[in-house]
Amino acid sequence: MTTVAALPPRARRSVASRTWAFVKRHALTVYALLVVGYLMLPIAVVIMFSFNHPTGRFNYVWNEFTFSNWFHWNDVLGIQDAIVRSLEVGLLATIVATALGTLMALAIVRHHFVGRGATNVLVFLPMSTPEIVLGASLLTLFLNTTAVFQLGFITIFIAHVMFIVSFVVVTVKARLIGFDRHLEEAAMDLGANEVTTFRKVTLPLIAPAMLAAALLGFALSIDDFVITYFNAGGTQTFPIFVWGIARVAVPPQVNVIASAIFIVAIAIALTNVFWEYRSAKRTRGAT
Amino acid sequence: MGTFFHRHRGATPYLLLAPGVLWLAIFFVIPLAFLGYESLQSGLFPNFEFTWQFSNFSDGIRDYHTQLLRSFVYAGIATLACLVLAYPLVYWIAFRAGAWRNLFLLFIVAPFFVTYLVRTLAWLNILADEGPVVGILRDLHILGPDGRLLATTFAVVSGITYNFFPFMALPIYVSLEQMDARLLEAAKDLYASPIQAFIRVTLPLSAPGIVAGTLLTFIPAAGDFINAALLGTPNQAMIGNVIQSKFLESLDYPSAAALSFILMGLILVALLVYARIVGSERLTG
Repeated sequence: MTTVAALPPRARRSVASRTWAFVKRHALTVYALLVVGYLMLPIAVVIMFSFNHPTGRFNYVWNEFTFSNWFHWNDVLGIQDAIVRSLEVGLLATIVATALGTLMALAIVRHHFVGRGATNVLVFLPMSTPEIVLGASLLTLFLNTTAVFQLGFITIFIAHVMFIVSFVVVTVKARLIGFDRHLEEAAMDLGANEVTTFRKVTLPLIAPAMLAAALLGFALSIDDFVITYFNAGGTQTFPIFVWGIARVAVPPQVNVIASAIFIVAIAIALTNVFWEYRSAKRTRGAT
Repeated sequence: MGTFFHRHRGATPYLLLAPGVLWLAIFFVIPLAFLGYESLQSGLFPNFEFTWQFSNFSDGIRDYHTQLLRSFVYAGIATLACLVLAYPLVYWIAFRAGAWRNLFLLFIVAPFFVTYLVRTLAWLNILADEGPVVGILRDLHILGPDGRLLATTFAVVSGITYNFFPFMALPIYVSLEQMDARLLEAAKDLYASPIQAFIRVTLPLSAPGIVAGTLLTFIPAAGDFINAALLGTPNQAMIGNVIQSKFLESLDYPSAAALSFILMGLILVALLVYARIVGSERLTG
């Protein structure tokens, strides 16, 4: 290509046609980068306004750079409790949902049994139902069984496990399908029983998939607003807190928390990208 | 315990499934039944009675057909916008980004790492009347001197587009990434122009991704109420806003439950029409 460009007839082309050729060659790249810019813009705004010193109650217009929102992140009444609640729900729901979902994935991938198709449908349905319907239907259950369920922490936890389980099943299933069963058979041939085989062979092999599912589940839980909003009663998670305060005036501390969550998540994801890149390089080097 | 599993081999899958299936049955299937029961009740809070009140459904459609239609129009436009924005980007990532692929994929999911409500509120900053975007558009006379972007249909639809973008982008990326690059070489060897190769080879092979992405974007978008609540006015209210306010503010459970079922039913109809158009084997497989 470069030698062609150096030839005299090419060099004499008009500026317009050269610009057009450039655009034609790079249009896709430019478009892709513009879309990336569009995706990043609100994130940049969130982080930027976490450093703003707002003039009035509203944090909409840039005024002055300050670190004080980060130092005084819990200065807003209720924000710290809401974050603690979000983390508690997220951890508990993730642990339970990961356990339930992994067991279901094992059954679906490993065994042929009556009702396998129906189970797949049952797992798929919550993911394809609008969140508002999931939230509303759970609320009607809780309202009709007030003797058993009072709206609050416990109902939020129940709701989160319910919508996370499906995502765990799908994530772990994808990993189990490409998994060598001979390893387990070998363990059994060597005299290990089912439980020992599961503990010593199966579990270590599916642990990465479980971790990925748990991270996804935690991210879903901590971000959920709609389903939580219907079933929270008076309990506030971080998204519920933001919803409530959005009607008055959003303090910069909300941006601080959102930025902090973002930075932690990106750090985990980048570590993963880097790790995969390195292990890919290593396997390429080995062969 | 090991011997127990040995003796009851056939029971193993059911034992593994039991906790998860029970959870989904009690907290997903039964609630839907309760929602159905609720939707046929009548009366005023808190004294509802089950009276086979089918008029909740007809009244729901009569009173809220505007919001229902609006939900589907907004969701449809947003889905299309997602497709137009996402396809070239993931095409570029799959075929041109080389070693940077994973990093650019991270850019696609990055919005998910910012709390849904907060990233929607960020659009308030961007589209604000005093903000730079409105200023530039006013200077270019695209907007009138009093023109605004906030509290308009544009704001709501672009909020939905932004929030559900990754649901469109990721499935298309997966389908493009699985594509055998040699097929494109073969097309080239057979004298296909780049555009012909794209239309005859790449596009059909990425169709499953487009179909999956469309569903994953359209379904949650049709039920959304956050974007309309934060970026719009009652004139942009979607059916989600109506259901939400009836459930949690006016406490009119029967009609809210009926509207939830109408929403699900209409989504199902939309899916069937879509399946008719793209072919049902693509939808399931």
